[in-house]
Amino acid sequence: MVHEMEDDHVEDMEVEVLSSMWPEDIDEAGKRFNLEKPGLHEDMLEDLAFVEEPSIVDFKRLVELTSYSEKGSSQLAYLVKNWEYKQENAVRLLREELENLSKQQHEVQLKKLEIFEEHRFEESYVGDKRPVSVLGEGYEIFQDVPKKRNDFVVQDKRVEIDAEYDTVIYWKQKALHLGKLLEESVQREHILLEKLEESIENLEKQSSPVEELSQILKRADNFLHFVLQNAPVVIGHQDNELRYRFIYNHFPSLREEDIIGKTDVEIFKGGGVKESQDFKREVLERGIPGKREITFETELFGAKTFLIYVEPVFSKDGEKIGVNYMGMEITDQVKKREKMAKLREEIAVQKAKEKELNKTIHITEETMRAKQMLATMSHEIRSPLSGVVSMAEILSTTKLDKDQKQLLGVMLSSGDLVLQLINDILDLSKVESGVMKLEATKFRPREVIKHVLQTAAASLKKMLILEGHVADDVPLEIIGDVLRIRQILTNLISNAIKFTHQGKVQINLYVIPDPNSEGKQEPKINTNTDDSSISSKTDLQLNGNEENEPQLHETVVWIRCDVKDTGIGIPETALPNLFKKYMQAGADTARKYGGTGLGLAICKQLVELMGGHLTVSSKEHCGSTFTFILPHKVSHPCDGSDDTDEFGDMAGNESSDDDITCGFFQFQPHTLGSVFSSKDRISVFPEDLYSISSKVTHKEINSMDDDSSCFDTSSEPESSSKCNSENENTNSTAVASCSPSSKEDHVETWEARKDSNRSSECSSSGNREEVARSARKPKILLVEDQMVNVMVARRMMKQLNQDMDVVGNGAEAVRAVQSCTYDLILMDVCMPVMDGLQATRLIRSYETTGNWDEATKAGVDPHDSPSYEPGKRVPIIAMTANAMSESAEECFENGMDSFITKPVTLQKLKQCLEQYVE
Amino acid sequence: MLGFGAVRLRTDMNRLLSLLFHQGVLDEQFLQLQHLQDQTSPNFVSDVVTIYFQESEKQLRNLRNLLLDREIWDYVKLGIHLNQLMGSSSSIGAKRMRNICAVFRAAVEQSNRPACIRALEVLEHEYCYLKNKLHELFQMEQQSVLGDAVRYPGVVHQL
Repeated sequence: MVHEMEDDHVEDMEVEVLSSMWPEDIDEAGKRFNLEKPGLHEDMLEDLAFVEEPSIVDFKRLVELTSYSEKGSSQLAYLVKNWEYKQENAVRLLREELENLSKQQHEVQLKKLEIFEEHRFEESYVGDKRPVSVLGEGYEIFQDVPKKRNDFVVQDKRVEIDAEYDTVIYWKQKALHLGKLLEESVQREHILLEKLEESIENLEKQSSPVEELSQILKRADNFLHFVLQNAPVVIGHQDNELRYRFIYNHFPSLREEDIIGKTDVEIFKGGGVKESQDFKREVLERGIPGKREITFETELFGAKTFLIYVEPVFSKDGEKIGVNYMGMEITDQVKKREKMAKLREEIAVQKAKEKELNKTIHITEETMRAKQMLATMSHEIRSPLSGVVSMAEILSTTKLDKDQKQLLGVMLSSGDLVLQLINDILDLSKVESGVMKLEATKFRPREVIKHVLQTAAASLKKMLILEGHVADDVPLEIIGDVLRIRQILTNLISNAIKFTHQGKVQINLYVIPDPNSEGKQEPKINTNTDDSSISSKTDLQLNGNEENEPQLHETVVWIRCDVKDTGIGIPETALPNLFKKYMQAGADTARKYGGTGLGLAICKQLVELMGGHLTVSSKEHCGSTFTFILPHKVSHPCDGSDDTDEFGDMAGNESSDDDITCGFFQFQPHTLGSVFSSKDRISVFPEDLYSISSKVTHKEINSMDDDSSCFDTSSEPESSSKCNSENENTNSTAVASCSPSSKEDHVETWEARKDSNRSSECSSSGNREEVARSARKPKILLVEDQMVNVMVARRMMKQLNQDMDVVGNGAEAVRAVQSCTYDLILMDVCMPVMDGLQATRLIRSYETTGNWDEATKAGVDPHDSPSYEPGKRVPIIAMTANAMSESAEECFENGMDSFITKPVTLQKLKQCLEQYVE
Repeated sequence: MLGFGAVRLRTDMNRLLSLLFHQGVLDEQFLQLQHLQDQTSPNFVSDVVTIYFQESEKQLRNLRNLLLDREIWDYVKLGIHLNQLMGSSSSIGAKRMRNICAVFRAAVEQSNRPACIRALEVLEHEYCYLKNKLHELFQMEQQSVLGDAVRYPGVVHQL
């Protein structure tokens, strides 16, 4: 019995272990699937209300899948294995229990037998035990005394001690005892049976594999749902016909039955569907998973882009049985990406543009700087050069022998030329920018040719003959831009000389008929009296300057000029590039002969600007001929006698008609230092030399005056008194007046006045001049807004012994003119309120009409005007900081008589007074 | 002040003047201006130059304001100011000022703002340079005049 009890104990323990094992096992299984961490997330899961509609499952297919597809089957196998393991465990436990139970039963049987044996023994009085019926009261009598077990000594002892052996009481007690034991045993059996039943029940409850699987699956499903709850994801499975077998879509627009068993094309419409289907098919065929972006055109949402991942599903035999498909909506991302790409593109474009712009700016700045540099450089060259030239001019007035004079003459003309060339270089940039204006002056073509050849001959170092032919029908005087024509000729001649080693260089001039009869537009010709040393010469002339008056009855002649040489010629291939800037006939030519290659470009541009053409014909090794034709106006014959042009001066009044009309010049080779020594030229040159010196005389008077005033001041601080320089001045004047000149008187009076103005203590002639002047002082009006200029001008006027009124702008000027009559108005061009140009227009309008209507219109109230004198015209001189000829033109157009460029010098003021207040 | 100092002052003045001429800062117009100065107006040059500086300062300020105004590109006004500055500069013979003004004006005509700003900076620099140098010159002149007056009290010095 003790043994039984022990067994019982063991059984109990085992049962307990069993019952606690179940949940653990399940948990273990759960852990293996990594579906949950027990206890941690259970609450969370409880909170979730899973919406199960989205997933639409074809269960049949799922079964198929799990049984056919490798993945499904492996998963299934795993689940089954797990289940089997658990079942095995349960079975094992049950078996053990059964074994125990059967053992106990066996023992009970044995005991029963023993008891029966004892009873029999009792009956026969042989055995200790009497057979006691198990049922009924009998067994209370019998005491169960196990014999076999010696371990249970206590019970045996007790039995032994309780009663005396072999007494009735003893047997009764024993029977009773045994009956109790039996009862207990039966009870235990009963309990065990119950437990067994319970276990079996439990087993039945949990043993269904489907249930378990579905539970696990459900849990996985729940998790998937939880994860995918809000994801814009579509997940699906399609079979090998691409019919949907499963689809998960969080935002379903179609019901299960609309989708399952159908293909994409059957379900959806619009763009992209076909593409996605094709893509799936492709993946299915190739057996390699792939990703692709596909844009679907949906009716409801417009264009939606999906990133689709498709992977093939294989059966166990490796056959393709369908595709898994996963789509994610990335419309926004795509949009952003496209935006980014666009932005990047724009940025790139912007950058490129910026770069371009910077380049342009850089180039513009460079160009500007280069132009400015050119201008400055030319300026820098001009100033010292003009020093050289004017010194040479002064030198030419001193006592020199013939040779020296001749050399000096050449020096002067070359110097002049360089000066002019520098101007022309400046002009080239003007031509290019289209702002260049031509100036129209009268000139004598023969003189020009002669002068050009003479200059060329002076620097000639080769054995060449220079010839000039001017046809008889070429007019004596024509109008044109003589400086530019000279420049063209000089360029062509020097070119010809450069490329000619023997023979001669010729200039032929003759009249040709109008090449494009009447259709040709006249070049713009600008009358101008401005600028440089030449203008100072012309300013010396009579007051009524004819140049400003428009020429009437003008006829146009076309003059053709050939510059022919016998030089190396130009290869035909080089002809097209000949007139391009910085281009020479060839690289080796450039090396051999040097030069910038700018000359012909300038020539061509100038000729074209003047309305003509420049052409070239050439034969290699024989020579080239440059031909240009230009239209010229022919000046009125009556003006010719009293010419104001420099060449007029050059020719002088002394030169005979013969020389003026002479049409042939020739210069032969010479050596430096004996420029004009060859005999045959003597016949041509005396007048020329003379004319140069006489020209110098005129020029000198200006420049001397200018220079001397400069010398005065600059040398003053050192020591010399003013009288000294004055003396010098008068000396030079004396020299100047020695030379025969028609303007001698004029010059003298002017010099005298200058002296008298400058210093009264300096003894000189001309006091009566001053008296005469002070008797009637001219009324002068200065219109100027800037204090500095006013102060300087006023001071200068004081030095010139003149008073003047000053007003600050054009409107005030008009008022001043209204209230007073002036003899001269000096008018600043740029002023506030009303500029000089407008003021001049108003004043001129008054002068022609006699009323101030225009002024009233412009906002200047009329005043009590002095008596109107018809035909009277007050000289108005513009003062401008714009030294360019275009600004001069503007001044003239507005009715001004002349203009002074700022700074206003004593010199200029004096000239003005000379010219206009007499 | 001793006579020797006065002589040296004159020499210094001449040296400074010739330097300014050599640098192209001034031109003959300045000599004209000096020439215009006599006993009736002994301070003519410095008066004119002082006024010139006052006006130029105003012009420069205006130019700077006009240029710094990013929205408006008033080339007409710029041109007017430049013209005025140019006119007065040439009147006193400030050759370099005038030249820079010309460059400035070219830049204005091209509407090239960076070039304009550069030109303005150069112009301001040149203005300061001119002002300093002329100031120096006038100071020396003043000293020498004072020296002359000390040396020959009551005698009007000869210019």
